[in-house]
Amino acid sequence: MIELSDVRKVFPARRTAGEVVALDGVSMSVARGEFAGVVGPSGSGKSTLARLVNLLERPTSGTVTVDGRVLTDLDAAGVREARRSIGMIFQHFNLLDSRTAAGNVEHPLELAGLGRTERRRRVADLLDLVGLADRHASRPAQLSGGQKQRVAIARALAARPSVLLCDEATSALDPASTTGVLELLRQVRAELGLTVLLITHEMSVVRAVCDSAVLMSEGRVVDGGPLADVLARPGSALAAQLVPAPATPAVGERGGALVLVTVTDATPHGAVLQTLTAELGLSVEVVGGSVETVAGRRFGRLLLRVEGDDGRLDPALARLRAGGALVERAAAGDPRPQPDADDAPRPDREPDVQRLADAPDVQR
Amino acid sequence: MNDWSRIAPQLLDATGETLYMVGVATALTVLLGVPLGVLLTITAPGALAPHPLLNRVLGLVVNLGRSLPFIILLVLVAPVTRGIVGTTIGSTATIVPLTIGAVPFLARLVETSLREVAHGKVEATLAMGARRREVVRTVLLPEALPSLVAGVTVTVVALISYSAMAGAIGGGGLGDFAIRYGYQQFRTDITLATVVLLLVVVQLLQWAGDRWARRLATS
Repeated sequence: MIELSDVRKVFPARRTAGEVVALDGVSMSVARGEFAGVVGPSGSGKSTLARLVNLLERPTSGTVTVDGRVLTDLDAAGVREARRSIGMIFQHFNLLDSRTAAGNVEHPLELAGLGRTERRRRVADLLDLVGLADRHASRPAQLSGGQKQRVAIARALAARPSVLLCDEATSALDPASTTGVLELLRQVRAELGLTVLLITHEMSVVRAVCDSAVLMSEGRVVDGGPLADVLARPGSALAAQLVPAPATPAVGERGGALVLVTVTDATPHGAVLQTLTAELGLSVEVVGGSVETVAGRRFGRLLLRVEGDDGRLDPALARLRAGGALVERAAAGDPRPQPDADDAPRPDREPDVQRLADAPDVQR
Repeated sequence: MNDWSRIAPQLLDATGETLYMVGVATALTVLLGVPLGVLLTITAPGALAPHPLLNRVLGLVVNLGRSLPFIILLVLVAPVTRGIVGTTIGSTATIVPLTIGAVPFLARLVETSLREVAHGKVEATLAMGARRREVVRTVLLPEALPSLVAGVTVTVVALISYSAMAGAIGGGGLGDFAIRYGYQQFRTDITLATVVLLLVVVQLLQWAGDRWARRLATS
């Protein structure tokens, strides 16, 4: 449904700042009906990516395809036409203060040239859909943040789009409003068969609504896929952010080997404990653990301390892995187990974030 | 000294002339100044329709109009006035320099008002598939309306002050009256009377403009 292929976006140098490569060869695709997330630290290029999908920003090179149409090949009139089938909501809502809630929802319908009675009917339906049927005459200033975003969602859906772009749509909302807006997004996705691309820096949002996600860093996609796959993938940078591993104890605190067990619906950890304790006769202690619901499924990590290893632990773990269990050795003092740290980029290293922190200003 | 029964009707006529000059000039100024302000705004770098050359030329023209003292402008545009109205004397003729003087003034105020409209609103509307002129018509102008009304009010008040200045060269209205009767005949009471009248007119207009702008902003 949404297809980005080798997209680059370079913002030319200005007096105040040098050239900024916001997107550096990004390819990704979102299937019809999918709820896809794009996460990453600020300055990683994720907002630019959203703005490329409806060509608010033109890529420097590469192609953008939405619903089979290559947007980057279209002329201005073609782009305007294509934008009507791509709804968008924003962090700061961007409602018009000079219009009522109903007037804001009516705006895209006016632009589409719909007749007055048709518009009125559609506006009533939409405000009903987002649960604000009684606030049609309210001005944005009289609405709460959550209500404003609901109006913005109704406005984005007015022209019956097939794609909805959400650019940090819950980042300015309190937790309760965030939950409400996310529920609404899930509901309209299901009811209208929308494809949703959601940009966010909040992992909790991805966990709550997304089917799949990509992790961006410095203008590149560094990890991604359907969440169920990502979470079961050892050493995944995205998984490590979605469900962080329990903190490992400091080096030399106590002896014993640390073992990280990833628990999913499909791979219960019973077999692991069974093997380690009953079969090998080792002493096993739980050091930490966390469980999250991701994409509607339970997912957790368990950190075990195993004492009394006499060389049989590694073969046993290998055997368990072969049997489908997600177990790895973890080192003390390591913030996160990185079994293949060499080829898995670590996107959240602080220096990188710092260096790109002011990039959004430049982009504007 | 007791000739107020003779002077009062003339004072009333002069007030009428001032209101006529300022009224027509305001209408023309809005008609020309608002589009000019819109052009200045949207052709700026990074705006809706960037056009650096046009933007610079327009900026230069506006600055030129703004930097000329009005009394100089009056004399400078006299040939233009004669060409349009046929004379340079009287209140109808004064409308020409008044308009020429006020258009750049209002255009800058309009530009400032429109720049205040959050760019996100423009982007949201472009994302709906709007044309640029639709963005101007349905977003920039309506969202800036309270501020635009305030700008027009300031312009009207400036026009009243300009129109009184035009009296110095026979432009008609209250300024003309104050010069001919108050200044040249040493009648300080007449000068004072015209000042009071001007003050009342300005106060009324400012009050009405503020009220209107406030109503728009809160409705």
